[in-house]
Amino acid sequence: MIEFKLPALGADMDEGTLLEWKVQAGDAVKKGQVVAVVDTTKAAVDVECWQDGTVHELVAQPGDKMPVGTLMATLLEPGEQPGAKVSRGGTPPPRRMVSPAARKAAAERGVDLGRVAGTGPQGAVTLEDVEKAAPGIAPPTDKAAEMRKAIAAAMARSKREIPHYYVAEDIVLAKALAWLQAANATRPMAERLLPAALLLKAVAVTLKRYPELNGHWRDGAYQPAAQVNLGVAISLRQGGLIAPALLDAGSKPLTQLMQEMTDLVARARAGSLRSSELGEGTITVTNLGDQGSEAVFGIIYPPQVALVGFGRIAERPVVEDGAVKPLAVVSASLAADHRVSDGHRGALFLRDLADLLQRPEEIDQ
Amino acid sequence: MSGDELRAVVIATLQAIAPEVEAGELRGDRPLRNQVDLDSMDWLNFLLGLNKKLGVEIPEADYRKLVTLDDILAYLAAKTPAPSPPSR
Repeated sequence: MIEFKLPALGADMDEGTLLEWKVQAGDAVKKGQVVAVVDTTKAAVDVECWQDGTVHELVAQPGDKMPVGTLMATLLEPGEQPGAKVSRGGTPPPRRMVSPAARKAAAERGVDLGRVAGTGPQGAVTLEDVEKAAPGIAPPTDKAAEMRKAIAAAMARSKREIPHYYVAEDIVLAKALAWLQAANATRPMAERLLPAALLLKAVAVTLKRYPELNGHWRDGAYQPAAQVNLGVAISLRQGGLIAPALLDAGSKPLTQLMQEMTDLVARARAGSLRSSELGEGTITVTNLGDQGSEAVFGIIYPPQVALVGFGRIAERPVVEDGAVKPLAVVSASLAADHRVSDGHRGALFLRDLADLLQRPEEIDQ
Repeated sequence: MSGDELRAVVIATLQAIAPEVEAGELRGDRPLRNQVDLDSMDWLNFLLGLNKKLGVEIPEADYRKLVTLDDILAYLAAKTPAPSPPSR
């Protein structure tokens, strides 16, 4: 019997409310398949199954709020015979048809769906039904305030528990940008590369030689990760931020990474991320982009042990061959966990990253 | 396409990315990205949206010309077919 529990969704999302199941008892499920939608303080998350099996029992019910690690369902392994069900007592309530928006609103306002009469097709409960059932009794949860609270809790924990050190390096990007410009000149608009994609890929490639920066600190020990899952800090238009990961960024071609980054940003802003993207980041990159400040020194996202920050790319005076020249420069910083690495290694990482960006043609090989 | 129609398309494309944009509050002669919070990905998506709606190909080398809303409207007007004269 496989116990399917609510997976970790990142340091600032330690609980979730089940909005809906995408499967029912008896369904065969594949590894990676989305089986449930869970609402968190930051976003509604598509929760994936992590192995093949058959759904035996759905233990959690839509509307249930639960901490990470709570048993949500039991699954039978391939070939396994069904045994006793993990009942929570009593008979399960009959399945009701409730629209996802209605379910979410009911959870936010504390409305008992069992008491709401459905007026939708086949008696389905609609958002309007929920709103009628809760005419201003409980105000809707302030999502922005909840998100701020979650970010504050995770960042306070990080600063309390992780002995951060910081190193920084100005990196000349003249060659990298010229290479990008030449590459983009032959690409249709939809396939052009942003400097951010090149920076992300360069970080992922350089990290292969710095395993002490790519992994997790768990239960008092460091566990290096087998691949680079690059968390990308994405600001949300309504305020706040979220850092889903580009999985296995080190081994993906630049074009694919750019497409996946575009898709990730769009889905993060639309509130449609997958659990693996939220729970499996091994390091985070925060990129302030061309509208940001000159440099950023970030706070590590636990249980990760490092964070790379890029400021705005801008032309600055650079001394080269004894002359001052205006060249495109980005300030790169590394915040890292002193329990795992030292400033010397951190500085070497930034130097290696700077060197790689002087050979942009090698980044995508 | 008339100037007003073009402006409407540009504003609608912008609002698809930044829904908080109020058309009446945008100054045409000021840098657009000082008035609307658009990161590099938003900017790329905005230009891509214009490309899809108007069929105008915008080479990367031209991005630097597109600073204000007026710049963008003038650039697009030069690349889209002029409105046909009214028939009698």
